Amino acid sequence: MEVKTKQSKELKEGVLKRIAGPVVTAVNLDAHMYDVVKVGKEELMGEVIKIQGNDVIIQVYEDTSGIRPGEPVTNTGLSLAVELGPGLLTSIYDGIQRPLAVLVDKMGNFIERGVTAPGLSHEKKWTFKPLVKTGDKIEAGAILGEVQETNIVHKVMLPPKEKPGVVKTIRSGDYTVDEIICILEDGREFPMIQRWPVRVPRPVKEKMNPTIPLITGQRILDGLFPIAKGGTAAIPGPFGSGKTVTQQQLAKWSDAEIVVYIGCGERGNEMTEVLTEFPHLEDPKSGKPLMERTVLIANTSNMPVAAREASVYTGITIAEYFRDMGYDVSLMADSTSRWAEAMREISSRLEEMPGEEGYPAYLAARLSEFYERAGLVKTLNGARGSVTVIGAVSPPGGDFSEPVTQNTLRIVKVFWALDAKLSQRRHFPAINWLNSYSLYLESLHDYYDKEVSPDWNKIRSWAMEVLQKEAELQEIVQLVGSDALPESEQVTIEVARMIREIFLQQNAYDAVDTFCDMKKQYDLMKAIKLFADLAYSAQIAGVSPTQINTVKAKNELPQVKFIKEYKSELAKIEKQMDDEFNALRSAA
Amino acid sequence: MKEYRTISKIAGPLVFVEKTEPIAYGELVNIILADGSTKRGQVLDTSDELVVVQIFETTAGIGRDSGVRFTGETIKMPVGRDMLGRILSGGGKPIDGGPEIVPEKRLDITGAAINPYARGMPADFIQTGISTIDGTNTLVRGQKLPIFSGAGLPHNNVALQIARQAKVPGSTESFAVVFAAMGITKEEANHFMQDFERTGALERAVVFLNLADDPAVERIITPRLALTTAEYLAFELGMHVLVILTDMTNYCEALRQIGAAREEVPGRRGYPGYMYTDLACLYERAGMIKGLKGSVTQIPILTMPGDDITHPIPDLTGYITEGQIVVNRDLHRKGIYPPINVLPSLSRLMNLGIGKGKTREDHKKVSDQMYAGYAEGNDLRGLVAIVGKDALSERDRLLLEFADLFENRFVRQGLDEDRTIEDTLNLGWDLLSTLPVEQLTRIDRDTINKYHPKFRTGAKKE
Ligand SMILES: Nc1ncnc2c1ncn2[C@@H]1O[C@H](COP(=O)(O)OP(=O)(O)O)[C@@H](O)[C@H]1O
Ligand SMILES: [Mg+2]
Repeated sequence: MEVKTKQSKELKEGVLKRIAGPVVTAVNLDAHMYDVVKVGKEELMGEVIKIQGNDVIIQVYEDTSGIRPGEPVTNTGLSLAVELGPGLLTSIYDGIQRPLAVLVDKMGNFIERGVTAPGLSHEKKWTFKPLVKTGDKIEAGAILGEVQETNIVHKVMLPPKEKPGVVKTIRSGDYTVDEIICILEDGREFPMIQRWPVRVPRPVKEKMNPTIPLITGQRILDGLFPIAKGGTAAIPGPFGSGKTVTQQQLAKWSDAEIVVYIGCGERGNEMTEVLTEFPHLEDPKSGKPLMERTVLIANTSNMPVAAREASVYTGITIAEYFRDMGYDVSLMADSTSRWAEAMREISSRLEEMPGEEGYPAYLAARLSEFYERAGLVKTLNGARGSVTVIGAVSPPGGDFSEPVTQNTLRIVKVFWALDAKLSQRRHFPAINWLNSYSLYLESLHDYYDKEVSPDWNKIRSWAMEVLQKEAELQEIVQLVGSDALPESEQVTIEVARMIREIFLQQNAYDAVDTFCDMKKQYDLMKAIKLFADLAYSAQIAGVSPTQINTVKAKNELPQVKFIKEYKSELAKIEKQMDDEFNALRSAA
Repeated sequence: MKEYRTISKIAGPLVFVEKTEPIAYGELVNIILADGSTKRGQVLDTSDELVVVQIFETTAGIGRDSGVRFTGETIKMPVGRDMLGRILSGGGKPIDGGPEIVPEKRLDITGAAINPYARGMPADFIQTGISTIDGTNTLVRGQKLPIFSGAGLPHNNVALQIARQAKVPGSTESFAVVFAAMGITKEEANHFMQDFERTGALERAVVFLNLADDPAVERIITPRLALTTAEYLAFELGMHVLVILTDMTNYCEALRQIGAAREEVPGRRGYPGYMYTDLACLYERAGMIKGLKGSVTQIPILTMPGDDITHPIPDLTGYITEGQIVVNRDLHRKGIYPPINVLPSLSRLMNLGIGKGKTREDHKKVSDQMYAGYAEGNDLRGLVAIVGKDALSERDRLLLEFADLFENRFVRQGLDEDRTIEDTLNLGWDLLSTLPVEQLTRIDRDTINKYHPKFRTGAKKE
């Protein structure tokens, strides 16, 4: 992001008094909270986070080594904002919207400080196609025209908070983001670019209750614990349990139109992986490279913590901007714990009174303000758009009782509980089916009824009951062994195993199984249900569980997951299942 | 250079200096003692009134009368080609009796972050010859893969075996080794040095030694010196570098000590709240860069206090590194070497380095199936202890036996046994063939037909 200075007001320059890491103190500086300032001779970017008497405390977005007391500090008079306009898609930014690809050109392979670059290219020309004409009355949020940005159409809007007006001139053709494309009767002029302060939610007309699921292609998510478009979910789990892979799976396969992926305080290689993979992966819906609908924010663990703190706001503001065009956007933040830790680090340097486990007392408030920016909305221009927010949480020691997990769970509607016991045995996704939940089941009921199958909701409940029952039975098995169970319950154990191994387990690295549409999810679960029905009735007819376990068709079923055109194979297996059970029953 | 005699307070590793000219944050400081010797430190906090300096050595001998010189620059390390084969102190001074390093460059030891856009994706399989690593937790070039161990376990032998045997099949280049010891005993250090000498690895190694009786705070800079050297060798000279950092637990203790001296609000178990970021600034200095030839592969070693993997040191490490190899006390007690417990172990980059054209097409599936079998068999051990073997179903009995076989044949191997990936995978299939074919649900039919010993048609490397 480039630091511009408000010209209108002459602001008094201050002087640095103290430097101790990413937090510095200036004196004699005219400042308001959250003003962006330039620190030291190198003009490092910072933000005012506390004002105390003559002292202004600033968090600096870059390494402060080498800065001395006495160096100047100037105030830009602006708040931390992002540039919004054509050019966002396919970009990768740091936490304060500096484009990392441009930084490589400017300073090489390592991120040195003091170099800035604007979030959008100000040279590139985009073909602007107007959608309003002279004389049109327009209001804030109105779509002035379109740019074919990638395969995605970028809608250029009258910024929020603008008064209504009448179009005097609207241009058509190739323009940079800075060139004026629209002039109103009252003389106001608009380029394609708009700037928006990241800490302020972009306004909408109305928030609505989500009723449509975000289809993720992940069986345990869509099938058991679905998230709605415009909903919120948390994925807490210890290291290695699958937070990042789950987030990446969602970024790849979910049926959002735009994806904003924030690597917040995590690994550099994980961002590189996204950068290398996404241009070659196809969006299952559009058939276009996934990268074309994606914006990446990478403020890795070894990049400055203050910029890490800002990264989630940068990300959600970009998400809201695309939502305002009427798109379904999903935002993944990996990991919100690193964001919370950045808050803690800054707070402790401010010597604020620590709350639980050293986190600042405002932790809960910041988390809920962030998730509150998700939602299904009616935009200012009357379109429907949504931002779905999915946050990974990294609890220390994998203990969910810690403050970030607990405060997050109070806000979000979907809880995907990752479980190290499952990941250790390579049961992936390692989402615990007993502890996880979705509060959207009720509101999505009708969708499944209509779009998947009238009996989907019933089958889903059946599967959950079997899994629940298995957990109870396992406790008994642990004491007496499985042979001691009544025969019907031995069948239940086997059916539960099938649900786990066939339906719930899904290999993100298998070319076919990585994505499973709702139809196939339904067919697979239906086949397991068929086995269950046949097995229970055979058992009642006197067939023993040991015999039931010899049914070969059951062993063929997992293979269906790895077959793309699976229908005929599945039909064959179901037929075989029927035949085998018939044979067993007539023998009994 | 101006010399101040305005030390007002000395506490732990911190020296407080008053009435200075404006001093830069992070600046390197020399403290001149009465006997003329100097000690080095770094500015942690600077203001008009007071400058706080963290000393990297013992503060013994520093007093109000000591002189303080601010050098005006951050800590730099002289690096050069002739570092290979040299043994340096934990502070970077030669201790092998050889000449000073002829610097080709002086590099800032903090190291800037690699721009994620500039990173190259690690993808080259490193064969360590150890089945539990190659087969189930594959290491790739440019990865950071720590060894989580416990006091008294043979993690050093595992690290040395990796260093000895590591190769990229099909490549003739051997790794350069950068070895950084932090607070380990002289005896342990000798163990490493003798092995390096015995195998000739020393010629291609740079060794940094901060031993148990060396100043604890020096440990803060030792890994930074080592990684600066590694980055130089890798990204300027184009070498593939293997960095061994041991013991990260001692590094973290030093970090805690400094935090306490600064009277900071402590985080979990007294470690500083910024320990995650601090460790990340070390561990993230691994990887590859697009368009450059070299690579930095890191194998940090840490001992988990009380064998507790949820302790902040392994916990924060695991959140940053690309997996972990867990050395386990029970396996060690059973006399199994290397006592690597695959269940909590993980290589996050495994999928990038294996498969068709890299190792073998069946690799991932064999690994997944062994995990599933071993995990289930291992659970059954608990049950057997209660209900006895007879109460088990046939399926469970086979799984139980599989777990034993897995430990005794797949995990167990000799200190110098260097298995090819071919050997490892075939061994995996041999063990899996003790289970009924229908039970191999993690493996697709085609792969089974091609590689299962019962049907094997062409288990050759393509
Ligand atoms: N759905 C999945 N399918 C296959 N493997 C998975 C899946 N989820 C996780 N994994 C495995 O687990 C490892 C750790 O997952 P990751 O998402 O990086 O964990 P976290 O972010 O929680 O630390 C991955 O490297 C991968 O090997
Ligand atoms: Mg992760």
